[in-house]
Amino acid sequence: MSDFLFEQRNTIVAFLIIGLLVSLALSIIKGRRVMATERTDLVFGNPAKALGGWYWIVTGMSFVMLIWFYFSWDMARAYNPTAANELCQVAKVETAINPMRSQFPLDNPNLRGTDLIARDSAQLERINNSLKTFALDYEAELEIAAILTSLSSALVDQANPAYIKDDLVGEFKSIASRIDHLTTSFKDPDFPGQPTAVQQAAANAQPGWGDTGKEIPVLPATPLGYRYAAVAAEMKVIAKDFVQLRNTNPHLLAQIADIKLRIKKAAASAEADLSLSAVEQEDRSTLYRQLNKMLKRIDNGSIYPPNSLNGVQSSLVAFDQAHSDQQGYLKTFDTWIMPGGRIMAGNSACSEQGSGRWLPKPSDTLGTLARIANPDIGFKDVPLLWYRWQPVGGMIAFLFPDWLASLVPGEYTRHNQDGKINSNFKSKVQDFVTGNYDSFSIPVPMGHMWDSIVRVVIGLFFGIVLGVPLGLFMGLSRFAKGFFDPMIELYRPVPPLAWAPLILTIFGIQDDGKIFLLFMVAFAIMVISARTGATGTQLSKIHAAHSLGASHRQILRRVIFPNSLPEILTGIRIAIGVCWGTLVAAEMLAGTTGIGFVENVARKQSDYEVIWVTIIILGVLGLMFDLIMRSVIKRTIPWRGKG
Amino acid sequence: MSDLVSDNLNMKFTTPSGLVVHALKDVSFTLKKGELLSVLGPSGCGKTTLLNIIAGFLNPTGGSVKLGDNEILAPGVDRGMVFQQGALFEWLTVAQNVDFGLRMKGADPIETAKKVDEWLEIVGLAGFGDTPTYQLSGGMQQRIALARCLINDPDLILMDEPLGALDALTREKMQSLILKIWKETGKTIMIITHSVEEALMLGERLFVMAPRPGRLHKEYRLPFAQMGLTEDPRDIKKTQHFGETREEILSMIWDMEEEIMGGGSL
Repeated sequence: MSDFLFEQRNTIVAFLIIGLLVSLALSIIKGRRVMATERTDLVFGNPAKALGGWYWIVTGMSFVMLIWFYFSWDMARAYNPTAANELCQVAKVETAINPMRSQFPLDNPNLRGTDLIARDSAQLERINNSLKTFALDYEAELEIAAILTSLSSALVDQANPAYIKDDLVGEFKSIASRIDHLTTSFKDPDFPGQPTAVQQAAANAQPGWGDTGKEIPVLPATPLGYRYAAVAAEMKVIAKDFVQLRNTNPHLLAQIADIKLRIKKAAASAEADLSLSAVEQEDRSTLYRQLNKMLKRIDNGSIYPPNSLNGVQSSLVAFDQAHSDQQGYLKTFDTWIMPGGRIMAGNSACSEQGSGRWLPKPSDTLGTLARIANPDIGFKDVPLLWYRWQPVGGMIAFLFPDWLASLVPGEYTRHNQDGKINSNFKSKVQDFVTGNYDSFSIPVPMGHMWDSIVRVVIGLFFGIVLGVPLGLFMGLSRFAKGFFDPMIELYRPVPPLAWAPLILTIFGIQDDGKIFLLFMVAFAIMVISARTGATGTQLSKIHAAHSLGASHRQILRRVIFPNSLPEILTGIRIAIGVCWGTLVAAEMLAGTTGIGFVENVARKQSDYEVIWVTIIILGVLGLMFDLIMRSVIKRTIPWRGKG
Repeated sequence: MSDLVSDNLNMKFTTPSGLVVHALKDVSFTLKKGELLSVLGPSGCGKTTLLNIIAGFLNPTGGSVKLGDNEILAPGVDRGMVFQQGALFEWLTVAQNVDFGLRMKGADPIETAKKVDEWLEIVGLAGFGDTPTYQLSGGMQQRIALARCLINDPDLILMDEPLGALDALTREKMQSLILKIWKETGKTIMIITHSVEEALMLGERLFVMAPRPGRLHKEYRLPFAQMGLTEDPRDIKKTQHFGETREEILSMIWDMEEEIMGGGSL
């Protein structure tokens, strides 16, 4: 069943989107009709106008779902499952061409050579200006200035067309013509011919878009894809050939060799000159190091005469145009149907970038939920919510403390000479209180969700059971109010998460610490709400109870407690919300189970789908808790606000 | 006989700033069993303080109050109370409110249920036993408060502006009900009120209290409550005697209020 759903998810999503569009349209129409009937009500701000309106709920839900389908590219995948694969081939061409493009004023305003000349001349100028700050004698300064001049002319001479080697010009022409040729092939719909059977088989064998995590099938599978992939492969070779070219003409080489020698000689003579002080030696070696560095920058010959690359550049522009034109519908599709990001081609894989990546597709998210909800897989070997068989003996033993056995008269048994252990009454009691006997098993819920829920429920339980009586006491006695108030008000304003590191360190990362933390949170809220409830009791009600003959205990139980119930239940509702938030954060800090733990592990693995699944689970469980409390409130205190 | 005897009652409050307020000064009176007393006076004259002392919620700083042979030192079931807002327990049904006192005593449930039905019948709420109180109107709530108080069979019934929050029509009906109950049960009833007409109608005896210090200013013995048992209250209000007494008391209270406000002339 789930396999079928997984395979058909694109079709399902396609129909779902149509359904959502229809319900969006219908609910808007319905909503507008209802609004039209309200035209007679001229009161702006009339609260009655904000009541009800399921159609606007439908509108909102449909809108949110459509946004999700749209920005996660689930819509794109539903209606065009091969789009990502084709865009992956497009991205390959871009990746192939990029090293070449960066040489030209296409993405940058300047030619790369222009930038290099500007940078290196400025650096030479800076060194020249700094000479005065070094401890140099006249001769040395003269020599260094001369070397700087030579470096400068070696730099600018590269731009001189007179020195360029003929075969380099030929290479440029060849590159240009290869690009031109590729551009022509690019425009040819039949290029590169039918894919071979091997290619087709490989393309068909690869998993579809999103079948395995966020991967996009990397091998071309459509005619357009084949064309782009072939162009990309070709372009990669051309670009590689181009970036290996160097303007290493004889004139430059001679200049470089000469400068190298002069620096070496000057350095050697400075080293040999014993009359120089340590500071002078140091200064000169610094300067010669700088000169050598400049030499190395200049000698790689990546500057060409200004117009020598015109041919390559215009070929590249034509290629770019073809690259853009040949995408056809795909370009529009990429812009409008796959918004908020693009597809990148790596060396061995293509990946979604932008919203397609961090906003998982609803269908995939559901698939991930189905996967980790499967008890055989789960998350980190623990299912989300499942059951296991547990012997009753162990559970009964949980209720009895182990030291009960020690109270029984007699001695614990000891093994005898034959290595046998004979049981006696005391050892039987011991077995009972430790659960060490055979008993039948019953199914017990377990899993990440269950663990989180149980922690909240236990923490909340103790918070209520201890907090409500104390709160009522504080509401009735000046002493209790004064005595306990500072204690509670000292710890309550501290954000629960600030306590978490301390509590978790003291109690350990298992359940105790988290439950205690939640207890602290719930306790303070319950104390305050019960106190508010108790102090809010109308004096006349207490008077009435007194004169009806109720004892103090009866007044507390029959009048003050029920009168505080609205506040207490509201307090529980708030406490649940705060506990839920605190728990998730505490589980992220430490532990090996729980929804917060799952989310934290997913975060470390950048597994966006699992993160979203946990967010959704947390939201649904939180909503469920709140709905339960709302219905409890409705049933228990129907009189609220009507007394 | 369980008469209510107030002997030289004094009540002084000390405010946190050390100011001493003389709320009641030398209040002495005797209320015989079965008498219907209404207490009238401007605000701050100590009416409610007097009531709270009799109910046992406050200990007087001087003098004593006795109901029969027992000095009043604490709240007790021998004195039932009815409050302005009913002070019903809204988490309980009508019947549970009415039998509250009996349940607290641990009375027999079957007998209790019978009594509840009887009293609901008397106050005109038969069949409303299982209704939540918050669904009822103010007048009905006040009837429940009456029944809740009367089912305990107190010797003395204290009412603190019991009809103050009701509309005029309901008020008249409730006045008749109180008179009816007074007649039928023969209880001693003490009613505190703001309304002069109500005090006249519901007062076999009437105390007008004066403020600063709170004291009994004037006492009347009036026939209107007796008349009200048989005659139409509207006719009673039209009689000359009723009108004259009303004007006399009104101008008396008017003078007191003026004194409090600083005696300015209009």
